[in-house]
Amino acid sequence: MSTQIEKPFAITLDRNTSLANHTGSWRSKRPVYVDRLPPCNATCPAGENIQNWLFHAESGNYEAAWRSLTENNPLPAIMGRVCYHPCEGACNRGQLDAAVGINAVERFLGDEALKQGWAFAKPAVESGKRVLVVGSGPAGLSAAYHLRRMGHGVTIVEAETAAGGMMRYGIPRYRLPRQVLDAEVQRIVDMGVELRLDTRVDDVLAMQAAEGFDAVFLGIGAGIAKRAYIPAGDASHITDAVSVLHEVEDSQPLLGRKVVIYGGGNTAIDVARTAKRLGAEESIIVYRRTRDKMPAHDFEVKEALEEGVKLKWLSTITEAGEGNITIEKMALDAKGFPQPTGEFETLPADSVVLALGQNVEQTLLEHIPNLTMKWDSVQTDAVMMTSHDGVFAGGDMVAGSERTVTVAVGHGKKAARAIDAWLRGELYQPAPKHEPATFERLNTWYYADAEKTVRPVLDIIRRQSTFDEVVGGLDESNALFEARRCLSCGNCFECDNCYGVCPDSAVIKLGAGKRFAFNYDYCKGCGLCAEECPCGAIVVELEDK
Amino acid sequence: METTIKFYQTDTFTVGNRLLSEAERSVQAGMQRTNALNSGHRACQGCGEALGARFAVDAAMRAAGNDLIACNATGCLEVFSTPYPESSWQLPWIHSLFGNTAAVATGVAAAQRVKGTKTRVLAQGGDGGTTDIGFGCLSGMFERNDDVLYICYDNEAYMNTGVQRSSATPPAARTATTVPVGQHPNGNVFGKGKSVPLIAMAHEIPYVATASVADLRDLEAKVTKAMSIHGARYIHIHVPCPLGWGADPAHTIKLARLAIESGLFPVFEAEHGEITGHRAIREQVPVEDYLKLQKRFAHLFRNPKQVEVIAQLQAIADRNIRRFKLLEKRGAAV
Ligand SMILES: Cc1cc2nc3c(=O)[nH]c(=O)nc-3n(C[C@H](O)[C@H](O)[C@H](O)COP(=O)(O)OP(=O)(O)OC[C@H]3O[C@@H](n4cnc5c(N)ncnc54)[C@H](O)[C@@H]3O)c2cc1C
Ligand SMILES: Cc1ncc(C[n+]2csc(CCOP(=O)(O)OP(=O)(O)O)c2C)c(N)n1
Ligand code: SF4
Ligand code: SF4
Ligand SMILES: [Mg+2]
Repeated sequence: MSTQIEKPFAITLDRNTSLANHTGSWRSKRPVYVDRLPPCNATCPAGENIQNWLFHAESGNYEAAWRSLTENNPLPAIMGRVCYHPCEGACNRGQLDAAVGINAVERFLGDEALKQGWAFAKPAVESGKRVLVVGSGPAGLSAAYHLRRMGHGVTIVEAETAAGGMMRYGIPRYRLPRQVLDAEVQRIVDMGVELRLDTRVDDVLAMQAAEGFDAVFLGIGAGIAKRAYIPAGDASHITDAVSVLHEVEDSQPLLGRKVVIYGGGNTAIDVARTAKRLGAEESIIVYRRTRDKMPAHDFEVKEALEEGVKLKWLSTITEAGEGNITIEKMALDAKGFPQPTGEFETLPADSVVLALGQNVEQTLLEHIPNLTMKWDSVQTDAVMMTSHDGVFAGGDMVAGSERTVTVAVGHGKKAARAIDAWLRGELYQPAPKHEPATFERLNTWYYADAEKTVRPVLDIIRRQSTFDEVVGGLDESNALFEARRCLSCGNCFECDNCYGVCPDSAVIKLGAGKRFAFNYDYCKGCGLCAEECPCGAIVVELEDK
Repeated sequence: METTIKFYQTDTFTVGNRLLSEAERSVQAGMQRTNALNSGHRACQGCGEALGARFAVDAAMRAAGNDLIACNATGCLEVFSTPYPESSWQLPWIHSLFGNTAAVATGVAAAQRVKGTKTRVLAQGGDGGTTDIGFGCLSGMFERNDDVLYICYDNEAYMNTGVQRSSATPPAARTATTVPVGQHPNGNVFGKGKSVPLIAMAHEIPYVATASVADLRDLEAKVTKAMSIHGARYIHIHVPCPLGWGADPAHTIKLARLAIESGLFPVFEAEHGEITGHRAIREQVPVEDYLKLQKRFAHLFRNPKQVEVIAQLQAIADRNIRRFKLLEKRGAAV
C-alpha cells in the first residue's frame, strides 16, 4: 500500500516497499516448469511410470509407490523377478556410476504389497459391458485387470487347470515361486474378474455370441514347441522344452542322468537348469553358433554355468541314438554363419530336449474368418485390434511381439484402453508423450555418490538341487537406498533449488507435494533456476513465443 | 537391528531435501524464510550479490530471532535495494557512506549496549567498500573487537560505478581501469591486491570465514556460527556479477562453483587467527574451465592464447590448494 507523500526534487516514486516495482517487465525469456519423459519410463514395455513410483519409495511411502506402479502393471512381484528390465539399460544414472536397481525395488514393493495384503480397488461404477478374455497369461491378466479398473465385466477362460500361462508352465519355480504368482493372480480375481479354468475355447466368436460378450481379447500365447528333424533310433528319447517345463509343474519328468538340450535361448537355459535340479549329472546345451551369439541373456548363462550346466557351441545334432547322440562341429564362415565341417563326435545322452522356439496354436485362429496373419502370428493394428472388428489380441501370439512377460503386460494394458474406447464407439488415442529427459539436461553436481546395491544370490549348492528361488530380494533399508539413487530425470522432486537460487525470490513454494510456481511479476528471466535444477524440469522460453 | 539410512539422494548439495527432517533443512528451503531482500529490487538478472545477501541475512535473521539491524555501505547492494523512497529490505536497515559502514555499525552496536537491548548488528558492503575505501574503519572495528558481524560481498570490482578495479580484482581480469592493451594484453596486473580474510585473521578476531553462493549450506552454517559468537566477526562471500564479469546470468552459481572447485576461491574458516576448517574440493577442475566462461578473461583466449598467463592463474589456484589443504577431505569444521 502506498501513501501519498510530498515528493522531493527528482523523486517520482511513491514511498513503498520494492514490491511495487514489477521487475518482471525486464524479461525477454521466461522459465517454465515441465515434466519430461525419463528414459526408464520410455523404455518400460509395460509403460510404467518408474520415476514416479521411485519418488514415493524414496520417502518410504511404499504403498503410494506400489499404487503408482500398479496403475500400469498389476504384477510387480512377478515383474521384480522375471522382467529383463530394459529400463535399467536406459537409466541415466548408468552414465554416472551404475543404473538404479529399478527391478530390485519393484520386487521389494511387490513383495511388500503381498506381505501387507494391499488390494486393488474395485471399480466405482460398472459400465454394464462384458469382455471375454481368452488365456490367463500376462497378456490376458493385464487386459482383464485394466478392463476391470475401467468398470467392465471380465471373464477369463483358460485351457489349463491353473492361471498364469508361461509364467507357470514355462518360467521355472526357482525364478518365480508359485505362491507369488498365485497371489498376484488372486488379487486380480478379487476385483470381481471371473476366471474359468480347464476351458479350452476353439470357436471364440460362437462363445461370444452365446454368452453375449461385447468385445474379445485374445492372449493365447505361443505354446507349441518348434521341432527339428533329427534322425533317431526307436529307443532314443527326444522331447521338447515346453513339455518338460509343463510337466515339471505337476510331476517329475524322467530325463535320465545325462541330458542334452538343443538350442541357445532363455528357454534352453531354463531347461538345462531344471534338468540339473531333477538330478541330472550332466546337463549340456548344444548350440550351433558361438556363446556371444546366444539369444539367452548373459546373466542367465552365467547363473547356469555357476550351477554346473555345460555349453557346447558350434555344434549341431545329426543323430540321436540310444544313450548317445552324434554332433557335427561347425565353423563360422567369412560372414559369421555356422557351416558344417564334416567332423563328428559322439556324446552320451539319455535324453534330448529341443528348445528351438515356439509357434502359435492355430485352431482358435482358424475359427475366426479372414483373420490377417503373419506366418503363425496375428496381425494387429496400432491399438491391438485384429482385422476382426471388436477382437483384440496381445502377447506372444501377436506378430512382431518381443515375447516377454513385460511386453505381454503392456499389450494387455493398451488393448484394454482400446477396447474401452471401442465399446464407446471411439478410437483410442494414446496421450502425447513428454519430451525425453536426456542425460545432458541433468545438473549432476547435485547428486550424492552412491553405488548400486546388489541382490543376494542363493548359495550355489542349494540352488542346484532345489527349486528354491535363486535371486533374493532387497531388505527395507537396501530398497530405500536404491530408490534414493534415482535422479528423478525430467520431473521435479522438490529439491528447492529453484526456490533457493532465484536472486529475485520469484519462485513460489507451494508446499510439500505441490511443487512450485513462478511469480512472473518479479522474475527477470535470468535462467539461474533452469541452470541449477538438478533434474532438468525447467525450460527457458522466449517471451514473445 | 535398525539400520540408519545415510543416503539422501542429493544430500545437502541442493537447497532443500524433502528426505531430511525439518530441523536439518536449510533456511532458504523454508517457506518462512525472512526474504530479507525482497522481490522488486533492481539488481541485474542473475545477480550473485543479491542472492548472497538474501542467503546471509536470512540466516542471520533466523540466528538472531529476527532481532537484527543492518548497516550498508554504498555500492550495488545499497543502490539496487533502496532507491528512495522504496526499499526491498525486510529488517531495520541504515545506509551512510561508501567507506564508513564498519564505523557506523560500531556505533549502532554501542547504542544497543547503552540501551540494554539484545539487538544484533550486521554490517555489509562490497569489495570496494570493504577492501579499499572502508578498510581503515574495518580494521578499527576488528581491533576494538566490536560486536558486529561484517559481511563483504566480493564481486571483484567496483560494479556500481561501472566495473573499476579494486584490491580484490583478480590478476589478468579486464575492468574499466585495467583494459588489456598492447602486445601482451593481460588486464589486471599480477602481484598486487590483498586478501582481507587473511588480514582479518591477523587481527585475531574470534571468527573469520570465506563462503560462496555456490555452497548454501556452508554459507548458512558459517553465518549461524558467526551469530553465535560476540565480538568482531568477518565473512567474505564470493558473489559472481554477470554484468561486470561478462557472464551469462544463468551461470552465476556455476561460476562460483568453478571458482571453488578450481581452487581460485578457497573456502575456509578461522578462529582467533587460526584456520580451523576448509571446504574440500569435490571435483577438481582446471582454472581454464572457470576463466573461459567470462568475457573479462576473454583476452586470454584470443589468438594467440595467453598460455603463460593462464598458467600463472593456475599457479595461484595450486598455491591455494596447498595452503588451505583444499584436496584434503577432512572438510570444514562447520
Ligand atoms: C521357459 C520360458 C522362460 C521364460 N522366461 C521369461 C522371463 O524370464 N522373462 C520374461 O519376460 N519372459 C519370459 N518368457 C516369455 C514369457 O513367458 C511369455 O512371453 C509370456 O508369458 C507371454 O504371455 P502371453 O499372455 O502372451 O501368453 P502365455 O503366457 O503363453 O499365456 C497364454 C495362455 O493362454 C492359454 N490358452 C491358449 N490357447 C487357449 C485356448 N484356445 N483357450 C483357452 N486358453 C488358451 C494358455 O493355456 C496360456 O495359459 C519365458 C518363456 C518361456 C517358455
Ligand atoms: C567516497 C565515495 N567515493 C566514490 C563513490 C562512488 N561509488 C559508489 S558505489 C562505488 C563502488 C562500489 O563498489 P563495491 O564496494 O565493490 O560494491 P559493488 O557495487 O561492486 O557491489 C563507488 C566508487 C561514493 N559513493 N563515495
Ligand atoms: S535415474 Fe531414475 S528417473 Fe532417471 S532413468 Fe534412472 S530410474 Fe529413471
Ligand atoms: S532464477 Fe529467478 S529471476 Fe531467474 S529465471 Fe529463475 S525465477 Fe526468474
Ligand atoms: Mg564490488
